[in-house]
Amino acid sequence: MGLYYMYHFGLQMSDKRSSAFPYIALISAVLVLSKVNLQAQELGDHQYTSESIQLGLGIYNRECALCHGIQGNLIDNIDLRRGKFRFAASDDDLRNIILEGRAEGRMPAFNLKAAELNGVIAFIRAGFDPDGTAIRIGDPGRGKTLFEGKGECSSCHRVNGKGPRMAPDLSEIGITRTAANLQLNLIDPAAVMLPINRPVRIVTLSEETIVGRRLNEDTYTVQILDSEERLRSLVKAELVSYDISDRPSKAPTTLDSGEVADVIAYLLTLVGRENRP
Amino acid sequence: MKLIKQLFGLFLCFAWTDGVSAQVDYPRIVNSDSEPNNWLTYNGSYKSQRFSLLEQIDRNNIGDLELKWVLQNQVYGPWQSNPIVVDGIMYITERPNTVIAIDAATGRVFWKFVHTPDERAKVCCGANNRGVAILGDKLYMGTLDARLIAVDRINGKLLWDIAVGDVELGYSVTMAPLAIKDKILVGVGGGELGIRGYVAAYDAESGAEIWKTFTIPGPGEPNHDSWEGDDWKHGGAPVWITGSFDATQNLTFWGVGNPGPDWNAGQRPGDNLYSDSVIALDVDTGELKWFFQFTPNDGYDYDAVQVPVLADLEWHGTPKKVMLWANRNGYFYVLDRITGECLLGKAYVSVNWASGLTDECRPIPTPQPDGMPTYPGNQGATNWYPPSYSPRTGLFYFSAWEDYATIYYSEDQEYEPGRAFLGGGFSVLAPVPDAPTIGIGRTNPINNWTNEVGHASLKALDPITGEEVWEFEQFDVSDSGMLTTASDLLITGGREGYFHVLDARNGELLYYKNLGGQIVMAPVTFMVNSSQYLSIISGNGLFTYGLRD
Repeated sequence: MGLYYMYHFGLQMSDKRSSAFPYIALISAVLVLSKVNLQAQELGDHQYTSESIQLGLGIYNRECALCHGIQGNLIDNIDLRRGKFRFAASDDDLRNIILEGRAEGRMPAFNLKAAELNGVIAFIRAGFDPDGTAIRIGDPGRGKTLFEGKGECSSCHRVNGKGPRMAPDLSEIGITRTAANLQLNLIDPAAVMLPINRPVRIVTLSEETIVGRRLNEDTYTVQILDSEERLRSLVKAELVSYDISDRPSKAPTTLDSGEVADVIAYLLTLVGRENRP
Repeated sequence: MKLIKQLFGLFLCFAWTDGVSAQVDYPRIVNSDSEPNNWLTYNGSYKSQRFSLLEQIDRNNIGDLELKWVLQNQVYGPWQSNPIVVDGIMYITERPNTVIAIDAATGRVFWKFVHTPDERAKVCCGANNRGVAILGDKLYMGTLDARLIAVDRINGKLLWDIAVGDVELGYSVTMAPLAIKDKILVGVGGGELGIRGYVAAYDAESGAEIWKTFTIPGPGEPNHDSWEGDDWKHGGAPVWITGSFDATQNLTFWGVGNPGPDWNAGQRPGDNLYSDSVIALDVDTGELKWFFQFTPNDGYDYDAVQVPVLADLEWHGTPKKVMLWANRNGYFYVLDRITGECLLGKAYVSVNWASGLTDECRPIPTPQPDGMPTYPGNQGATNWYPPSYSPRTGLFYFSAWEDYATIYYSEDQEYEPGRAFLGGGFSVLAPVPDAPTIGIGRTNPINNWTNEVGHASLKALDPITGEEVWEFEQFDVSDSGMLTTASDLLITGGREGYFHVLDARNGELLYYKNLGGQIVMAPVTFMVNSSQYLSIISGNGLFTYGLRD
């Protein structure tokens, strides 16, 4: 386990708590601001280059804007800038549609060079922002296989009622996170783990040690899911120590950039049972 | 049957008249210390100390508190209202503009008066109403459509209804009015809608306007040159929290809100007086006697809408009439309330928008680079939640937000009548990208933002030094006001729904109870039939506690 922020509770509730956490929060917040920029540079082939996005801007305006519009939303049920498509999920889907055409020729086939094609996809994935970042989105089918197999995601995460509960349930992760956030979660989980999800280690007055994941907290109590997948609600006044780790229990993924793109594609399809099209 | 009903009605009428026979005239309000059984104004008294002389509930019997009654709110949304209690009757408002009269001992409702605001009414931050004022046999309520309404306190019937501001231009009233002498004083909200703020006084009998003092001086008036061009016409400076009154000086004090557009200070060069200031007005004429500006040319929405808390202190060997003020900008101030002179100014949380204060308590600005966090954040280091001062402990108590910061951005904006006039926006600093952050209120039972985005610290300050004597931290932030009693209890709440009772002397936790919904008002205490009660609003319920019989 990683570093822990130490909060210690005396027997008397009136005792002032350790004042360490505000400073840690402050420092980590400032670090995060600079860290994200650094990471954007380090992410390398997980995402498209800014040159590719710039090239795509020109291609899009020349070839695509006439029908799809400058904002990419002139065709019914399609909003390219916001990633809303009729037939595509992965970058390869987009590539095929552009090369082959669709809808009985209403979307014609375009004969683009590989770099130009990449550029248009990069520009779309960057949300039409020539200065933005564009995350590669792979194949959701392959992503599901990786999620459940080689990636070992499903050994901790639960999806649509299947799998353990030790890590957060991902059934709706596709609507609560962006592709960029999912990518960072896989590559550098410590940088984006939500504070509420931090692993905790608790020792009670009755000398029980409880390890688990924090679900909720207030001034007097904390609710956790313990390592036996039991919901526990604990009164802080009855704890000897309550330590919160700043490290997630998972390590950065060892999948390669193509595989990460596939897993992201799969995660983006997880929109909750009620939100499925 | 009809006859029985009529007879019963007649009986009720007599029984009730007996209970409320005494009118609440001005001498009663000035001397509210002599009737601690009642809670006669929004802040409990003209001094606004929210200190009650009641002492029946104390640290020894606090464990015997039990719930006496609950009044269920009939509408949705944060309930910021503050009850007043007069001779066993409680008067409270409900969103948007309903007055309710309640038996304070049982919670039985006598009547409701409903005003439906004009649908053109606009408010930045919720359909709030914070309560009524009482004078004589009338109750007074300000409304979201900027009206002032008088109703008969016995039967809830409308007596008069006058316009305080132009609803079309975004004026509104969310505060509880203040009754002084024969006048009803009220200020206007709309600081995010390009209004020009004011405080106005109306004749309590007829509703006729007696005076109106703008919080932004017009051409030819002193300090008009703290604005350029026409900026003053839409410069905001609203007044949306009830002021205080010093009868010995005949001065009434009001906190003034932010200049507009909120987040583009560069668009309105100058100090922008009297935004973010406290103004002292002659209560008979509305004449400005002095002002003190906390945040000149504010670009952070640091409204000075805190309650002016009046205290008489031994100030380094000399008796002094002062005003205690923990400001939204992160500094605590002590002002001489006769002259407006700043006696002390000291930061009570981490502040980086200023590096400190000059001898005259003018901030030395240190604007942060684009994209970097500003401390305190947009909701402020404290806000409108009423503080308390206990003359017994000599301490000043208020809800502060710590470790809470905002990243601001500004943009040029043209004023359009009745439209939001903000000049930019902000995001709350999150510990990791895309993490949830604190909002204006709490709507989620799960705290998934955590204390890392900000948390409450109830501070007890020594006003003589500005030093923190003790603090009580909460995991979430708190918009709850304070109540202290002569038995040295400090009672408050927070967004988590707990109400906490502490020892006002040292912060020792004596009692807490979760009521299940956010507490965004200040508790009050009163006495009926020789029993002391505590009332606190949590979520959609008004809970009244007393000692076990």
